[in-house]
Parts: sequence; C-alpha cells; structure tokens
Amino acid sequence: MGLEQFKNRNVGQQEYVMLDLEHTPQSPIGKFKQVVKRTFKPELFVGLGVTMREMINALFRGQMHTIKYPFEKLPISPRYRAIHEMLRLLESGHYRCIGCGLCEKICISNCITMDTRYDENQRKEVSEYTINFGRCIFCGYCAEVCPELAIVHGQRYETASEQRASFSLFEDMLTPIDKLNLQQEYDGFGAVTPNADENIKKTPLAY
Amino acid sequence: MEVVSYRSVETFVQHIPEVTALGVWIKAIIILAVISAIAGFGTYVERKVLAFMQRRLGPMHVGPYGLLQIIADGIKLFTKEDIVPQNANKFIFMVAPVITAATAFIALAAVPVFPDFTIPEWIPVIGGTFVPSIAADLNIGILFVLGMMAAGLYGPLLAGMAQANKWGLIGAARTAVQFLSYEVVTGLSILAPIMIVGSLSFVDFNAAQAGGIANWLVWKQPVAFVLFLIAGFAETNRTPFDLLEHEAEVVSGYATEYSGMRWGMFFIGEYANMITISVIAAVVFLGGYSADGMGWLWIMLKIAFFFMLMLWVRAAWPHVRPDQLMWLCWKVLMPIAVINVVITGIVMMV
Repeated sequence: MGLEQFKNRNVGQQEYVMLDLEHTPQSPIGKFKQVVKRTFKPELFVGLGVTMREMINALFRGQMHTIKYPFEKLPISPRYRAIHEMLRLLESGHYRCIGCGLCEKICISNCITMDTRYDENQRKEVSEYTINFGRCIFCGYCAEVCPELAIVHGQRYETASEQRASFSLFEDMLTPIDKLNLQQEYDGFGAVTPNADENIKKTPLAY
Repeated sequence: MEVVSYRSVETFVQHIPEVTALGVWIKAIIILAVISAIAGFGTYVERKVLAFMQRRLGPMHVGPYGLLQIIADGIKLFTKEDIVPQNANKFIFMVAPVITAATAFIALAAVPVFPDFTIPEWIPVIGGTFVPSIAADLNIGILFVLGMMAAGLYGPLLAGMAQANKWGLIGAARTAVQFLSYEVVTGLSILAPIMIVGSLSFVDFNAAQAGGIANWLVWKQPVAFVLFLIAGFAETNRTPFDLLEHEAEVVSGYATEYSGMRWGMFFIGEYANMITISVIAAVVFLGGYSADGMGWLWIMLKIAFFFMLMLWVRAAWPHVRPDQLMWLCWKVLMPIAVINVVITGIVMMV
C-alpha cells in the first residue's frame, strides 16, 4: 500500500454541483425580469415553511433542543475527568485506598498530599488525604496509576465553590457509606464510551 | 359628548340601543386595559413562538410555562430607573413615548375591537349601560385610524431627535423615511376596497362582506390585500422592515437612550399598532365579524392569524436594507397600488 492514497484528502463522493449563478442584469428590462422572477418565486414561502416545520418538529416530534441545564443534564463520557472520587470495597465498605502513595508521587502538579500510618492490625491506614483543586490540572495520572481503582475521576463537573477546600478532603471524595450500593464501578483509565462503536463509524480510523 | 351626539345622527345601525357617554367611557377603559394586557401577552407569545420556531423552549421558569414572565417584565419595566440623558431635550424626550402609546390607542378608538354588550342591570351605577363595539363609530373610521397611525410617527421621530444620540438620530431619520413612504402605500392600497364598498366606516365594510367567505374583499382585491399587508409590516416596524431599531446597525434606533417604562410605552405602542393593523386587515379584507353565533370567535381567529403571521415572518425572513426598503416602496408597491386603483375604477365604471 503506497502513501498516495493517504495523501488524497478528497475522500468525499465528489458529487459537487456547480451552481448556476446568474450575472446581475444590466439592462432595465433584464432587471425588471429579475424582479418579476424573484417576486413570483416561492422562496419566501419556502422560508416560512421551514420555520413552521421546525416548530412542528420541536413541539410534536420531540426535537426540542433546549436542555433545562440545572434540572437536566446531558450524559457525559465515562472518560470525563471531573472531581475525583474515592471508592469503597463493595464487600466490606472499607475504603479501597491502601496508602501506597503512587498517586502522590505521580501527580505532576504536586497537588495530592497524603499521610499514612499503621493501624492496630498493622494495616496501612490513610490518616490524611487532600487534593488541592486550585492546583490540580485533572490530568488523570492518579487514577491511571492507582493499583486498586481506589481513586477515580467522577462525573461531578460543577465545581464552583466558595472555597478551594470544598471538594478536597478525603471524606468529601469518599463514597458515602449509605450510598455504597449506588457506587459506580470505574472501567479504568482509558475506558471507551458506551457508544464508541457508533462514533467510530462516523470517524473511521483508517480510510 | 361629541361622539355621542355624532352617533345619534348615524343612519346605518338603527336597531342597537343608544350609546351613552358612560358606555363610551367604559369601552375606552376596556380597550385600554385589554389591549395593554394583550400587548403584554403579545410579547410572551412572540418570545414563545420565536423560540419554538428555533426549537427552543422560550421563557419557562416564571410561572407555568413562563406565563408570569409578563408580570416579571412589567415589574422590571416599572421599577427600572428612568434615565434622561444629560444633553437631551428633556421635555420632548419625556413626551415622545407617550405620543407613540397614545396614538396607538387613539387609533383603536375607531376600530371595532370586541362585540357590543349591555352591562347587566344588577350591577350598581353602571348597570344597564350599553357598551358599543366601537368607542367612536366615526363614518370616516379608516381614514381616522390610518391618520392616527401616521401621527404615531412623531413618537419615534421626536424620541430619536431629542435624545442627543447618533443612533437615535439615525433611527429617527429612518422612521420619518419609512413611515411616510409606507403611509402612501397603505392609503393607496386600501383605496380600492374603499371604492368598492363606497364608505370609510368599518361597519359598512363589515356589512358589505356579510354572508360567507365568498363575499370577502380579499377575493376581489388580492393585490390590495398583499400591498396592505406589506405596508402594514412596515408601519408597525415588523421584521422585514424593522430598520428603525435594527440592533445590528443602529443599536436600538430611536429607543437607544430609553429605559424603564418610557421604553415600555414604545413597546406597548408597537404591539397595539400590530393589533390595529391585524384588526383592519381582518375587517377590511377578511370579512370582519358577524354579530350572531360564533362571529366573535372568528374575528379573534382572524386577528390572531395576522398577529401570528407577523411573528412567523420575523422568525423566517431577513431584514432588508434601507435602500431596498425605499426601492420596494416607491418603485414597486406604489405603482402597483396606483395601477390597482385605476383598474378597480375602470372595472367599477364598466
């Protein structure tokens, strides 16, 4: 396979039609003819028809574009990297984090601070864990490096707050224990969207 | 009093009760209240219809389906600061919106707006009063209405010239040019129906078209109907011809420096004029109203159709340039209107 076919960017069906644009008439009679022709063309009424069709589509065929945003939200990709979430073990309800510190190490904006200690069972326990969201660039390395799928990126993109500390404590990011059954499992960093098959048909990877 | 004594010599409607001054007063108050309310509601309808045509929802959050948006707008307009620019001619600046609103409502005085009715006897003081369908049933009704709408030109004109603002001045110039030009087309286009009916009274127009759709003047005068509609769009400053306050060119035209209720009065005047034009078109060309049965509903539907058409056109069509506007008026519409009048005259003589 040569490179030539990749360099050919004209990948469409080449069904272009040259429009027959008339020249502006110069003679008075030509101008008059143009006015009469344009007057009795149904173009204006085609325009009225288009808007009426859109109105019918919107009102009766469920094609209204408006999303009433604070009350309705568009679904976002599972790969979206919003505020972090700390997940729990489904069996015991204990948090998954084993205190390995990889996320702290890999964080390229140095925004993760964690402190650990041994608890009475000589198991590592997270005594302090904060993410400075004033610095976090939401690169997703922490979620990628986490061996336990303990820290993931959630879907909560509304992060306006009065304080930087609002979202950043370990307890804030941890799944509430009473909502453990609602905890969404993360497919892992680089997971594809549910409609990836459709999308890839629209923009194929190879010609 | 003028009106009442005038009415007593009218000959064409003998059977209805006598119109008293109290009845005219009540009618005037009804027109003011209802048309102001409809004008306010018209803004809501306009926003909704435009939104639907662009597949949006429009106002939704104030009240059910945004119905109370009118009240919110009203509160906003009434409580906003009324700013008068420093270099403006203060008296003219302040009086100009009143001219627009007043002429719009005065025009409605000679237009049949709602069916006539008698107030029930059990209501104290005003019981038994006959309220006519027209506040002032002039026998030159159409002339009066067109004249009043033409006088409404002084509102935007004075407003634009008094406010010491270049956009306002351009808006005022465009007002004068556009309204004066299209006044010619309105008058000439409605002349042919007047010739056929032989009267300037709306009641006579109504009577002349009684008895079914076949008698409507729109079938006899389709050209005049189209011309009148086009000129009506220009005179009410609606979209294909809304050069007066075309925001992409002249910010807000003559209304640039206005705020609060003074701006609101321009708005109410514009919507009242839309209703007036709709009523004239419905009465003169589309058969008007019939006193019996569902006649009131039909006239409402006809008026609503024209109102809707103005919104529909606004959603669909682009603006024209000022030179195109003048070209259309003087080189196309006016000759056609004159030819239409001449042909109508010839056909009537033969």
